[in-house]
Amino acid sequence: MISIKNLHAKVEDKPILKGLNLDIKPGEVHAIMGPNGAGKSTLGNVLAGRDGYEVTEGSVVMNGKEMLELEAEERAREGLFLAFQYPVEIPGVSNLEFLKASVDAVREHQGKPALDSVNFLKTAREKIKSVNLDQSFLKRGVNEGFSGGEKKRNELMQMMMLEPQLCILDETDSGLDIDALQVVANGVNAMRDPNRSFIVVTHYQRLLDYIVPDYVHVLADGKIVKSGGKELALELEEKGYGWLENGEA
Amino acid sequence: MNDVVNPAAAELPNQEIHQQIRKEYAAGFISEIESDTLPPGLNEDVVRFISAKKGEPEWMTEWRLKAYRAWLEMVEPDWAHLRYEKPDFQALSYYSAPKSMADGPKSLDEVDPKLLETYDKLGIPLHEQLALAGVAVDAVFDSVSVATTFRDKLAEAGVIFMPISEAVHKHPELVKKYLGTVVPQRDNFYAALNSAVFSDGSFVYIPKGTRCPMELSTYFRINEAKTGQFERTLIICDEGAYVSYLEGCTAPMRDENQLHAAVVELIALDDAEIKYSTVQNWYPGDEEGKGGIYNFVTKRAVAHTNAKISWTQVETGSAVTWKYPSCILKGDNAVGEFYSVALTNNYQQADTGTKMIHLGKNTRSTIISKGISAGKSQNAYRGLVRMNPNAEGARNYTQCDSLLIGDQCGAHTFPYIESRHPSAVVEHEATTSTVSDDQLFLCRQRGIDTEKAVSMIVNGFCKEVFKELPMEFAVEAGKLLEISLEGSVG
Ligand SMILES: Nc1ncnc2c1ncn2[C@@H]1O[C@H](COP(=O)(O)OP(=O)(O)OP(=O)(O)O)[C@@H](O)[C@H]1O
Ligand SMILES: [Mg+2]
Repeated sequence: MISIKNLHAKVEDKPILKGLNLDIKPGEVHAIMGPNGAGKSTLGNVLAGRDGYEVTEGSVVMNGKEMLELEAEERAREGLFLAFQYPVEIPGVSNLEFLKASVDAVREHQGKPALDSVNFLKTAREKIKSVNLDQSFLKRGVNEGFSGGEKKRNELMQMMMLEPQLCILDETDSGLDIDALQVVANGVNAMRDPNRSFIVVTHYQRLLDYIVPDYVHVLADGKIVKSGGKELALELEEKGYGWLENGEA
Repeated sequence: MNDVVNPAAAELPNQEIHQQIRKEYAAGFISEIESDTLPPGLNEDVVRFISAKKGEPEWMTEWRLKAYRAWLEMVEPDWAHLRYEKPDFQALSYYSAPKSMADGPKSLDEVDPKLLETYDKLGIPLHEQLALAGVAVDAVFDSVSVATTFRDKLAEAGVIFMPISEAVHKHPELVKKYLGTVVPQRDNFYAALNSAVFSDGSFVYIPKGTRCPMELSTYFRINEAKTGQFERTLIICDEGAYVSYLEGCTAPMRDENQLHAAVVELIALDDAEIKYSTVQNWYPGDEEGKGGIYNFVTKRAVAHTNAKISWTQVETGSAVTWKYPSCILKGDNAVGEFYSVALTNNYQQADTGTKMIHLGKNTRSTIISKGISAGKSQNAYRGLVRMNPNAEGARNYTQCDSLLIGDQCGAHTFPYIESRHPSAVVEHEATTSTVSDDQLFLCRQRGIDTEKAVSMIVNGFCKEVFKELPMEFAVEAGKLLEISLEGSVG
């Protein structure tokens, strides 16, 4: 699905990613944990092609295509989705209008026929219901005045509409109440598919009780410093990150 | 006053936003039409010449001369938040008309095909069978009206819609009674100039209790180089009558600045309603700020008892705009509305807003102003709400929103409030927002390209104003914003 090799990236001339390797096969869920400032969000942004992140070395190949050569919107249309740690508001542009433009752009690129308005609306209604948001959220501005947890659920809703190949969830569990956590986990689990992969960035092993990962990685100082199975998350919860960083250094 | 220099700018990497891509102005072509153009310069003889050219009666010539003499004593205003090279009034030509129009307006069949072609190219077909259903058009080319459509149909309803030059002959009593009553000759420098040299424009009269059966529209086109366009519009809506009127404007791309100094007067008698919409797309100059129209316009309406005036404007063009469509709410319960979208890009400057003068009891006014600045442009809202001593129970609500695209533009608001009645209520709200890189990245991450993203955000910002426009024009306005913003972000 996606193969990240020796990825180095700078932000404002400061090296953040320092030779990161990660291989993800179709259908797999990889959890990434790691201390604050380690570069987890940076990885998401670099993969998604955000301006201001300078890749100095390495490659990112998804479904045989070099992603680093594509514009952000092209990567999205290829099926790469990033659920943001801090979703931004777009006042005045309704969620529905935004979703329509987004779904249209992605489907067009993938050579699928455009959804007619009736079908589109029907799907949007189902999905917003499944993330436990009221129908009125479809008419509101994108994230406009949404609570923290509502924004996160709205990200999930967009992901469901776009049916991406690779889903990167950056702390989608942060700021969620217990019920909402369950809703998000159920949503992700329902989307698990032999042809779809996930990168789940989280600080809490609790999420991984609901979304059971195939692999857990620790990202520290711009590199993957340890990888393991689900148990690694439990170990981290117990011991913190100190032993790893010291051990590796 | 409230100056904003993009507060978020410091946080934005902004490299996307800086890039300015060249954008062709679609209406920028020049029509090869032979014209009678007066040599540059202004004096009493020029005023007399214009009057004679139109075969005007003595009273009209005198009216112009009076205005000209008043103008000589006036100085050009400079209080607006604008910087531009003052026009040299002796270097302008004050009259230009296509040669084929020398004998005055003709029926559509006789209009020079090249003129019709010009309007076709602009998307304003003048052949009635092709015209937008339900819209009558008066087309003004440089100094003269070249065609007015659907006249017969309007005449059946008793509606008068014709070039003002013709109304001077056919309806002198109405012209004499109302011309200059809302915007007096000496009102301001440009109004005085216009009164002296105005060449053409539209005249509308809707009889008592009549609902005008179709939208009326005037389309202004400046073609000739180094000419000024000074049109004059006079709309009278008699008691209980209703009209919706739309004005559109374009000009060719030329390196030098052209001057457009119009006067529009609206009169809504008791219980009447006038809805006046403008989609202004004058040539804004190139991306370095060269050329473009100077748009110095005086628009004012008077509303009598229970009457309603609604100004809606979408301003995307002109190099410099100076424009304040205003309402004098003279009668009790009169209502005034002003809905405005003003977009500036590159080096454009706009200083626009409204005045709501509350004279009658329980008069109400609403002001919704949306300013969008991109590139290195400057966009100012200037508004006055005055509650006079008799304006018992009067109310105003003002909402003034600015949207900044990039970190090199500016938005400014100058709201003036004068309340002389204790029971009058004036509410004012203002917001400033930006199109941020974060927002654009969210859109792009969802597969939406930057151009589409900006247009969605801007259209969302303008929604409240667009819904006031007649349907066809709301779509048009949305597209126009999109074109005007093309290239404002990487
Ligand atoms: N635009 C920027 N300018 C300067 N430094 C930046 C910028 N973006 C990220 N950084 C720095 O890069 C480092 C990695 O940040 P990143 O957001 O990737 O961390 P993270 O692992 O996601 O942390 P958290 O767990 O707190 O979300 C941090 O030191 C951060 O300050
Ligand atoms: Mg982070």
